[in-house]
Amino acid sequence: MANLESEFVGIKSPNPFWLASAPPTDKEYNVRRAFEAGWGGVVWKTLGEEGPPVVNVNGPRYGAIHGADRRLLGLNNIELITDRPLEVNLEEMLRVKRDYPDHALVASVMVPCEEDSWKKILPMIAETGCDGFELNFGCPHGMAERGMGSAVGQVPDYIEMVARWCKEATDLPVIVKLTPNITNILYPAEAAKRGGADAVSLINTINSITSVNLDSFAPEPTIDGKGTHGGYCGPAVKPIALNMVAEIARNPETHGLPISGIGGVTTWRDAAEFMALGAGNVQVCTAAMTYGFKIVQEMISGLSQYMDEKGMTSTADLVGRAVPNVTDWQNLNLNHVTKARINQDLCISCGRCYAACEDTSHQAISISEDRVFDVKDDECVACNLCVNVCPVDNCITMETLAPGAMDERTGQPVEADYGNWLGHPNNPSVQAAE
Amino acid sequence: MTSQMTPGVVAGRLAKEVIDDNFADLHAPLDGHEAMVAADRCYFCHDAPCITACPTDIDIPLFIRQIASGTPEAAAKTILSQNILGGMCARVCPTETLCEQACVREAAEGKPVKIGELQRFATDALMDANVHPFERGSSTGKKVAVVGAGPAGLSCAHRLASKGHDVVIFDPRPKAGGLNEYGIATYKSVDNFAAREVGWLLQIGGITVETGKSLGNGITLSDLTSEFDAVFLGIGLGGVNALRCDGEDKDGVLDAVDFIADLRQASEFGTVEIGRDVVVIGGGMTAVDAAVQAKLLGALNVSLVYRRGKDRMNASDFEQDLAASKGVRIITNASPRGVIGNGSVREIEFEYTDDDLAPTGETFRLAADQVFKAIGQTLVGDDLPDIDRGKITVTETGRTSVAGVWAGGDCASGGEDLTVTAVAEGRDAAEDIHAALSA
Ligand SMILES: Cc1cc2nc3c(=O)[nH]c(=O)nc-3n(C[C@H](O)[C@H](O)[C@H](O)COP(=O)(O)OP(=O)(O)OC[C@H]3O[C@@H](n4cnc5c(N)ncnc54)[C@H](O)[C@@H]3O)c2cc1C
Ligand SMILES: Cc1cc2nc3c(=O)[nH]c(=O)nc-3n(C[C@H](O)[C@H](O)[C@H](O)COP(=O)(O)O)c2cc1C
Ligand code: SF4
Ligand code: SF4
Ligand code: SF4
Repeated sequence: MANLESEFVGIKSPNPFWLASAPPTDKEYNVRRAFEAGWGGVVWKTLGEEGPPVVNVNGPRYGAIHGADRRLLGLNNIELITDRPLEVNLEEMLRVKRDYPDHALVASVMVPCEEDSWKKILPMIAETGCDGFELNFGCPHGMAERGMGSAVGQVPDYIEMVARWCKEATDLPVIVKLTPNITNILYPAEAAKRGGADAVSLINTINSITSVNLDSFAPEPTIDGKGTHGGYCGPAVKPIALNMVAEIARNPETHGLPISGIGGVTTWRDAAEFMALGAGNVQVCTAAMTYGFKIVQEMISGLSQYMDEKGMTSTADLVGRAVPNVTDWQNLNLNHVTKARINQDLCISCGRCYAACEDTSHQAISISEDRVFDVKDDECVACNLCVNVCPVDNCITMETLAPGAMDERTGQPVEADYGNWLGHPNNPSVQAAE
Repeated sequence: MTSQMTPGVVAGRLAKEVIDDNFADLHAPLDGHEAMVAADRCYFCHDAPCITACPTDIDIPLFIRQIASGTPEAAAKTILSQNILGGMCARVCPTETLCEQACVREAAEGKPVKIGELQRFATDALMDANVHPFERGSSTGKKVAVVGAGPAGLSCAHRLASKGHDVVIFDPRPKAGGLNEYGIATYKSVDNFAAREVGWLLQIGGITVETGKSLGNGITLSDLTSEFDAVFLGIGLGGVNALRCDGEDKDGVLDAVDFIADLRQASEFGTVEIGRDVVVIGGGMTAVDAAVQAKLLGALNVSLVYRRGKDRMNASDFEQDLAASKGVRIITNASPRGVIGNGSVREIEFEYTDDDLAPTGETFRLAADQVFKAIGQTLVGDDLPDIDRGKITVTETGRTSVAGVWAGGDCASGGEDLTVTAVAEGRDAAEDIHAALSA
């Protein structure tokens, strides 16, 4: 079986599956059980300053998006950082780390944006024996109103500044957790790197309102008639997170900066995708909150099997494998021609491909009297919509036309050479150069 | 104490609770969550094959989407605008040979979308709220006679009323509904649904039901054509085919439809008498319903005997499986030769036949306290328009050979003898009558 042992910014763990800083890592009881269940590491629920802890609302703190069978697709929360006293958390972390020396235990921290605050708290926390710090610059609600969390994460200069303070205050690795509630994820990532951070982790939750109650006209979750935006996470946010991870991994300024991938990781496959896009490990919150700690067993068996099948012996073989293939649109090969192909044996004649292409695409699918659906090669632009809407797996596929074959839509033979927009005759800058 | 073993024809073979449970809803209604899950399986097909397969052309993907988006009342309106008895059809349609057979998910994985059960979910929601979503058009002053208060007549009447015509329905039976009230198996239409549905349907207004009146018994077709602007005949098939074998007149040899009608009208199922040994002759839905219900009443042995092979039975696979699951023994390729008994039936003799119905010479006897005949219904009445092969000849839109007279449902040619077909034909005739009266 493949070796899943993982080393992330020097922190060792039995596998790359960590629990993200959130309710699953809120206390000793949870974390012990998580480790017993097989999780490789945890980022402890975010710690705040000494003194009276924050308070949470006493009404509902979650909202959700469900599929028809109430499969949870997206979760939204308005929870704050830990609402338990700092000393209690520290005592518990000390005990857990002592009993689980081989598991990763990272402390998530959020204190006011003042040098003293950060420099005072990190050494205190370090006494627990924790393996590193994660700076929570992501929390998008509540804490942000108090000038913390994403209020810091949205200002690259603050990120750089705080990261630098923290690096001055500790020898342990410092991971900066990024908020996705920003126009370009590279700005905060670059700032973290400039500040000396050892890694970034992303994404934290996305500003969201999951639904509106159409009787009370208030957003959900509703607390005494009012609601506020929360942070969105779970399977629905994965595509957003994957893109942000990929952007950081392929950006020359940040390339090589370790990334802990977070956002919608639900199965081993999601984890493998994050890792292929450059994440050194992954963190999970919603999936554990939905199904419990046991899911990690599927993640472990699934990733090992996949790595065995691919002949990978360590997770390092997987990390970043897809990064070279993420590029800009302008570099895509415009001479690569494909056409939709319908497998008539698999087709169940639902006509969804027809409705989609006829009403909203390129009128490239024909329907016969007896409901046989065919692609008209002279109209098909290979948009892939039919593939996406067809309810049958692999029923419609995209066939690549070989060089020299006729593209009936353009009336031109397919060119063998690579050709992108930068050299395309329709590109105004190409014409200008001529 | 009476039990299943008690000889003869007696009531109360099973405890009351057991019988009541036996006659409960065949399919328990979907709850809200089940409906969501079932609705989510619909692919919202383009030009959906299920619509084509529905005799009333209900826009199935649309109504399912309306359920999925939390508006079952709107779904019901989509259904009922095509099929005013959508509630009953949701319960009695042999969906396995209609919409659900055509569903692409039947082709894909042998598990069609539960169209019938979803249709019931939607129509129940609306009817439970006692909402009648259609309004009667302004009065046209035209009068139409509808003969027969079965699905064909009711559907025709409702559509005519909605167009503003005044409708009078004539029916000899004390209750309107036709076979919905007197024929459909008890476990398909529980809680007096047929009567509730008729009451709900009549909320449109402009329809008078005159029970105790029938064509050929006080009323003639020419009376009607002179008194009304148009006439619709939806009289169903009132007669029953004879066995044509010796001893058919002995006590205990009964028409299955009468047994079923009595059962449907019984206030307590436990008071209905049933034989210890029951033989049902026939291979259609009526035969299956009689056999199953005999078993549910506590008959010890129920045999359904059909003269041809299993594949030729009119009852669908689902119905046959239902019968088998209730303990009915199905015997095929056997024809009745004689009813034996002294005054009352005691035994019945059959002869095996080959697939061309040729006798094989081999016979067998079954003990029988009751024999139910379910070998087809026939059209009865003298004063009717032209008839061909036992049915009133009609055009696509239900016109008969007599000007101003339309017909539809079981009594008319074309289509299968099903509730849903009767509804479609009544509706289409109403549209044609309306067009004729507006011309
Ligand atoms: C036992 C049984 C079970 C069935 N089960 C199913 C099922 O599960 N699913 C399904 O789809 N179909 C089923 N059918 C078939 C279905 O009931 C019929 O196809 C449907 O009822 C036909 O409707 P109709 O309006 O044409 O006739 P009917 O329902 O027969 O109604 C005819 C009406 O006309 C009245 N009438 C008769 N003669 C006269 C007259 N001379 N003057 C005035 N009124 C008259 C009758 O009293 C009756 O009310 C079943 C039939 C039977 C017999
Ligand atoms: C209820 C809840 C509370 C959270 N609290 C914190 C927190 O205190 N600190 C933090 O850095 N992230 C917090 N998060 C964000 C998660 O750590 C994680 O970044 C996010 O949920 C995305 O991962 P997922 O899709 O696996 O859930 C919280 C998330 C949830 C659902
Ligand atoms: S790929 Fe696009 S254009 Fe081609 S058939 Fe499919 S939907 Fe139509
Ligand atoms: S969407 Fe797929 S299954 Fe449906 S008609 Fe098109 S090819 Fe066939
Ligand atoms: S055929 Fe089946 S999947 Fe398609 S629209 Fe009809 S019910 Fe839905």
